[in-house]
This record gives sequence, structure tokens and C-alpha cells, in this order.
Amino acid sequence: MNAVRPLKLMIVDDSNIIRRRIERSQQIERLRVVGSAANGREAIELFEQTQPDVVTMDLTMPEMDGIECVEHLVARKPELLILVVSALADKATAVEAIRKGANGFLCKPFTDRQLNDALAELLQDA
Amino acid sequence: MLTEAEIKTFVDGAMHYFAVSARQPVAVGSPYLITDGGTPAVHEYTGVIAISGRRKGAVCFTAPRSMLMVLLMRMNETDTSETNMKDLIGEVANTISGNARRDFGKDFVISVPSVVDTEGGKFRPPVNARPFIIPLNWRSHSAKLIVCLE
Repeated sequence: MNAVRPLKLMIVDDSNIIRRRIERSQQIERLRVVGSAANGREAIELFEQTQPDVVTMDLTMPEMDGIECVEHLVARKPELLILVVSALADKATAVEAIRKGANGFLCKPFTDRQLNDALAELLQDA
Repeated sequence: MLTEAEIKTFVDGAMHYFAVSARQPVAVGSPYLITDGGTPAVHEYTGVIAISGRRKGAVCFTAPRSMLMVLLMRMNETDTSETNMKDLIGEVANTISGNARRDFGKDFVISVPSVVDTEGGKFRPPVNARPFIIPLNWRSHSAKLIVCLE
């Protein structure tokens, strides 16, 4: 029987607390965290080193924001699965993130169940 | 000056944050306006989001260490270090401010959070506008949301 290879996850958020919450998600069984970044610039460097399959992406971050980072990452790997996890609750921002290449949007604050469901939905496409 | 509807956006944002993140409701006191030239008193930790775009000013969340400690625990976070306290105070301010864009729109531009040194127990508003204080009470702890917009 072939074991299913866990997908590689990179977590991008300037909050350590949010990064750790995502690491504790139940869906993490299907994922292997290959690294965390606190801003878009760090995320691009980490992406080159780890080649993740899945990314959770904050939007409001220092150095380089999440929308710009999504554009860079999608240009490098179009099949990358990206879940935006942000407090920016206006519809225009969610639409822009999806247009730039994100696959889903989870608004902060979120419950563990909402995070779990959002990741599960994202992984259906994997 | 904030309108009643705008104040409600921040009241709702604070209530939503605690209901979701802490899974316990927060009690909101009556919002009040600081007198002209006054500086609001703050707690041990204060997270500030600078606002630019169509509106200018700041949104701050200020709370005591004891409240942040319990809040972290409610979020199943075992690391209650100083670093995480500052992270949390900034994240609460960021989340409430970001959620306000649902009503204020995309031109309500929020900065990344900064944790200000509030030694002396006062916060000086960054713009020439009177700050609104939204008192919050949660599990016997008091905190404040300070909204100061031109």
C-alpha cells in the first residue's frame, strides 16, 4: 500500500501566535510544515529553499505585503495552493487576492474549526 | 469625529474578536470621548495600528498582562512570554482594525501593528482628533479600545 506523501506547507504571517495556531490545525496531518516566514520577502527566500505545495498567507506585513508576495509565488509555481488568512474584511481585498492567484480566503479572527474547514477545502484541489 | 455607526463598527469588532478567539463574550461599556487635548490612560500593553487613506489616525488596543495571559490560554497558546504578549496585543488591534474595512472600505488603510512604550500610563494620539474610548470587560479584566480618527 502506498502512503500518501504529506504536502509541504509554508506559513506566512507576522504574528507568531497565528503561525503556531496554524501549525496546530487538525489538517496538519496531511501537511508537513517546511517553514514559517514573518513577511513577504522572507517568504520568497524560504519558498526557493523549501518549494512548498501549500501556503497560508497573511496580507498586512512589513517589508512586503501578502498580495505582492502571492503574485511572486504564483509566478514561480502556478499550481501552488494559497490560503489567504487576513483580518482585512472588505470584499475588494478578498477579490484582489483571488485575482492575483490565491485559492481561498479565511478572515481573522477564526475558530479552529473554521481554519480546519478552510484548509480541508483548499486541499481538495491537491 | 466618529459617527455613531462608525463607533458601532469598532464595538462589534471587539465583541466579535472575543467571541471567536476567546470563545467567551466581552462586555462593552459606554463609549466616551476624551476631553479636548486629553491623553487616554492605558494599561501595561498597547498595540497601535496607524490609519491612513481616506481617514487618518490610529486604533489602539490596551490591556493588562493578566488579561493577555488568560486570552493566550483560551487560544490554546502555551507560550506566555513577553514576545507573545506583545504579539497578541498587536494582533488584537490589527484584527479589529482590519475587520473595520468591512464597513469603511478598502481606503481605510491599516499599518502593521506596533507596540508602543506607554511608560507613564498615557497614550498621545497621533492626530488632532479627540479619541473615543470603548471600555471592555472580560473575565474581571478591564481593557480599552481607543479609536482616534480625523
